[in-house]
Amino acid sequence: MTTSQPLLQVNQLTKLYAPGKGCEDISFDLYPGEVLGIVGESGSGKSTLLTSLSARLAPNSGDVLYLNRENNWLNLYELSETDRRYLLRTEWGVVHQHARDGLRMGVSAGANIGERLMAVGERHYGKIRSKGLQWMEDVELDVSRIDDKPSTYSGGMQQRLQIARNLVTHPRVVFMDEPTGGLDVSVQARLLDLLRTLVTEMNLAVIIVTHDLAVARLLAQRLIVMRHGKIVETGLTDQVLDDPQHEYTQLLVSSVLTP
Amino acid sequence: MNQNTATLEPIKDGYNFAYLDEQTKRMIRRALLKAVAIPGYQVPFGGREMPMPYGWGTGGVQLTAAVIGESDTLKVIDQGADDTTNAVSIRSFFKQLTGVKTTESTSAASIIQTRHRIPETPLQADQILVYQVPIPEPLRFIEPSEVETRKMHALKDYGVMHVKLYEDIAHFGYIATTYAYPVRVNDRFIMDPSPIPKFDNPKMHQMRALQLFGAGREKRIYAVPPYTNVSSLDFEDHPFEIQAWEESCAICGSKDSFLDEVIIDDQGTRNFLCSDTDYCQQQVAKQAEKEEQAAEGEQDDN
Ligand SMILES: Nc1ncnc2c1ncn2[C@@H]1O[C@H](COP(=O)(O)OP(=O)(O)OP(=O)(O)O)[C@@H](O)[C@H]1O
Ligand SMILES: [Mg+2]
Ligand SMILES: [Zn+2]
Repeated sequence: MTTSQPLLQVNQLTKLYAPGKGCEDISFDLYPGEVLGIVGESGSGKSTLLTSLSARLAPNSGDVLYLNRENNWLNLYELSETDRRYLLRTEWGVVHQHARDGLRMGVSAGANIGERLMAVGERHYGKIRSKGLQWMEDVELDVSRIDDKPSTYSGGMQQRLQIARNLVTHPRVVFMDEPTGGLDVSVQARLLDLLRTLVTEMNLAVIIVTHDLAVARLLAQRLIVMRHGKIVETGLTDQVLDDPQHEYTQLLVSSVLTP
Repeated sequence: MNQNTATLEPIKDGYNFAYLDEQTKRMIRRALLKAVAIPGYQVPFGGREMPMPYGWGTGGVQLTAAVIGESDTLKVIDQGADDTTNAVSIRSFFKQLTGVKTTESTSAASIIQTRHRIPETPLQADQILVYQVPIPEPLRFIEPSEVETRKMHALKDYGVMHVKLYEDIAHFGYIATTYAYPVRVNDRFIMDPSPIPKFDNPKMHQMRALQLFGAGREKRIYAVPPYTNVSSLDFEDHPFEIQAWEESCAICGSKDSFLDEVIIDDQGTRNFLCSDTDYCQQQVAKQAEKEEQAAEGEQDDN
């Protein structure tokens, strides 16, 4: 799975709101097609790290380097905001825990999927429409509801729509913060199945934040365990979960800590 | 704006020339210079209260007050007509407070203050068209935050404008937006042309006259300088189109002006009339002239 070159290189990234609150001295590489899970208890800094990694929150120090489609290394926070936003709607995607943060609730599902295409210059309605329909199918949404607003969708459907809206420009890296949080167990399971299929089919690299070690085990090949803003343990998912080295991970895995 | 307005003497006792004090006028003119320098960019300004009837809005009136001078000739239209209550009262307001000439003729005016229309008669290089604007921000429908819309303009982050057009086509089969149809100015800023019919949009493109836009409540000024590109947003497979009518004007017979549908009697009989009253009268006058000439010609033949 790992090719010679990483896609993303994170070097000593720090974003602190207060001592121990945020993320501190984070370094790792992400390879094409790799799914990396970030786990840790509430308040350990997972979301802060993810937001910083995905060009939406400037860190106090450290770098995030990204190898783009043209094979150029970009230093995220040295880019102009225009370039960062462009990256976010072309080569990257962000799936939020709460669909209302990631969707435009006031316009139809089709418009939600088509927005990124239009933002990067697609000006043919028919093409936008057919891609919308195609993606509705791909994420197993009822295509007859393409003109309905997401507010009329269930929670699980909204997450599917969010995923379609991101994948329509064929991103290479997708950042997800608790994408299955708040969903019923059966709905969760179907969504995870879908995610797994899409990730493999599209050779996506994914960084996924989750409370849920079962989710992490199902999706992630590699895990980062965080506590008080720092990485306490990292490794292959099965290794970390089956043979945790750090005391904190051991507590986490034995469910003594309810994340 | 034909002379140094800063030295103008009051016309009516107790009121400054054109109502606004000189300091306010200078402040508005500074904002206008910036607006002209960056076509389509919304410039904030410290707007003032104006003694106007509720609902007309004061942005356009403040701009007119800031640029009008003694030798100007003012025309005021509302929905294309010179004779509506609002148009009449604004015209008389400026007449009383500036003593300038007023006119209903588009070609005789140096300043045309308008709401909801661009005159049919093409404007000339020495004219100024002042628009009254209710909502200046074209991105507001999708983004309530002012901070965010400013950023979107700065970063040319305009994908959502086509989202709106997409929604129209998805729901109606065509672009149903007919008023305040968004435009791109000078290949850069997306601008709300105010609630003019999209019929008027092509007139903004490469217009010889200076176009000024004032939003009073939101305190924003923007401008399109003469000879500037103005294009209406659309899709390749749903190109921008203006309104067209099968009917022609019941008074002047015009087939190519913007028509209003009006009920003319108690039986509900409908008629189509030019919305631009000056244009309609010009057409009638032209025809009368032609008929006269034709009649003379016939007499000569005899
Ligand atoms: N904008 C902010 N201002 C101040 N403190 C913040 C801010 N955002 C997060 N924090 C603090 O930083 C710490 C890490 O928060 P973060 O949201 O990254 O944790 P998390 O691991 O995602 O938690 P959860 O699992 O509950 O989502 C917390 O103590 C939080 O209170
Ligand atoms: Mg979080
Ligand atoms: Zn007519």
